[in-house]
Amino acid sequence: MTSEIAVEVEGLGVSIKQSTLLSGVDLAIERGEWVSIIGPNGAGKSTLLRAIAGVAKSAGAVHVHGQRFADLDRRERARLVSWVPQKPEIPAGIRVFDYVLLGRTPHLHPLAKESSHDLAIVADVLNDLDLADLGDRDVATLSGGELQRTVIGRSIAQQAPVMLLDEPTSALDLGHQQEVLSLLDRLRSDGKRTVVTTMHDLTLAGVYADRLIMLAEGRVVAQGSASEVLTADRIGEWYRARVSVSNRDGRVLVSPELVTLGDAHVSAP
Amino acid sequence: MNARPAIGRLSWLVGGGAIVTASCVLVLLVGQADLPRWPTLVEAFDRLTPGTIDSGLDPIQRSIVWNLRMPRIALGLVVGAALATAGATFQGVFRNPLADPYLLGVAAGGGFGATLAFVNDWGDGQGVLDGVQVAAFLGALLSVALTWVLGALTDRGRSAVTLILAGVAVASFFTALQTYLQQRSTEDIREVYTWFLGGLTTSGWTEFGQAAPLAAVCIAVLALSGRTLDVLAVGDDEATMLGLSVGRTRLVLVVVASLLTATAVAVSGLIGFVGLIVPHAVRLVFGSSYRVVVPMSIAVGAGFLVLCDLGARTLGSASEIPIGVVTAFIGAPFFLLILRTATK
Repeated sequence: MTSEIAVEVEGLGVSIKQSTLLSGVDLAIERGEWVSIIGPNGAGKSTLLRAIAGVAKSAGAVHVHGQRFADLDRRERARLVSWVPQKPEIPAGIRVFDYVLLGRTPHLHPLAKESSHDLAIVADVLNDLDLADLGDRDVATLSGGELQRTVIGRSIAQQAPVMLLDEPTSALDLGHQQEVLSLLDRLRSDGKRTVVTTMHDLTLAGVYADRLIMLAEGRVVAQGSASEVLTADRIGEWYRARVSVSNRDGRVLVSPELVTLGDAHVSAP
Repeated sequence: MNARPAIGRLSWLVGGGAIVTASCVLVLLVGQADLPRWPTLVEAFDRLTPGTIDSGLDPIQRSIVWNLRMPRIALGLVVGAALATAGATFQGVFRNPLADPYLLGVAAGGGFGATLAFVNDWGDGQGVLDGVQVAAFLGALLSVALTWVLGALTDRGRSAVTLILAGVAVASFFTALQTYLQQRSTEDIREVYTWFLGGLTTSGWTEFGQAAPLAAVCIAVLALSGRTLDVLAVGDDEATMLGLSVGRTRLVLVVVASLLTATAVAVSGLIGFVGLIVPHAVRLVFGSSYRVVVPMSIAVGAGFLVLCDLGARTLGSASEIPIGVVTAFIGAPFFLLILRTATK
């Protein structure tokens, strides 16, 4: 394996009780790359992120920066991979500063206190994300966009080279979606961070990510650039949606077509 | 922006120290024997500091201060701090505001151990390594161990909910055993009942000497674990992804908090309310970060129990009121007052 690969997944499978959520997934994600996982509801997108992160029990092998993930302890893993859940749990009454500070956990002994170095890192992150004025605010009082920036801030403070983000824009309006995605684009622009997101908005996924991976029924059904993956036929087949796909200035636009109830059944071509 | 975590600010620590000191001074001055105030304080100060100051008390009065009042205050401080700290820890570990130190069956196990000892005349609850104390301590630890094993058998991830349910089952089991024993030997009912309501009865410094060393170690570990409890507050999955071994961390914290609770139960019976209400009161006033909740619970729990013991000794006309009655009687309205102020 070359050191240019950030995440390599071989034969990854996840089964819970009798049902198979993922099977035979092979992936290689390069350092500095932004890969977006797309696919219909229930395709296994979140499960794939959780399996890569080691939260979901899985078969197969995951290597991160050349190291077999299963061989690392929790803290070593958290120094390589950070995870932004779709619906983060926000402890009651926690301040923005303290929340972002939680990101320093993998760098600290369980009984130790944060050093001035840790506090300085958090202050830098807050400045960088335009959150400095909100440091003393209760996280519960933030707007959707501020909250998402705060959660991403915790992930950045973790200083892990691979960031996994589960639906980072699903709860946001269009302006905040662009704001968050542009932030991620900036964060990985120096080539030191690798970003893996799951996304529902196919157009946005195609605009921002370097590469799309489409999952359906727990398998990889397509991967490549936006123009390769996002075709009307494929979206019709797996999403059961009738869409038109157009290409403008090198951007792939996916727009839904009007479907009336009478002919709502969209069959695979 | 205050670029610092919400750790114990100096003013709070000073405030906590002041609460404890004021409670102790007040309690030192009140009792059945009518001691002159100033000399009593001088005598206590003399005992606690190197060097000699003559307080002017006669030998009997000195003995009352040193052998009766001071050990009782000291034991109250240890037990109050222990129960409140353990309560705060359980609330954090299980992310459950209704958690208290007795959640995993400690009370039922300790109660069973104590009843077993009373019924078999192994001791009377006082003195050096008394049978009742030892049996209560071991019973309390046995119940937590059983809860943990049961939880692990049914759910390998040892989720909080599974453990709490296992605790309910274990507590019911030990309560049944205890009730059976008690019904079989009705002559011990009064002793058992008194023990269940809790009390800070001391024979000199013996009880304090037995409880303090282990309690101090456990409290110190938990006081340093506030940051880890804050990490647990984001849930098992996120805490895992932040690099915390959630299962192992939970085990260590539960073991330490249970040892602490068992220590308190062994020397003071089942004093309710302190472990539930003190951490809540602290949270309402000082915020919910465990970096603050744990250390402030130590101080407020210690001061609160010493004051409740004062009530237990003085409110009843003839004999002492069980301290568990006082903690609930004073604690409930006090808690409602704080709740009202904090939610306004």
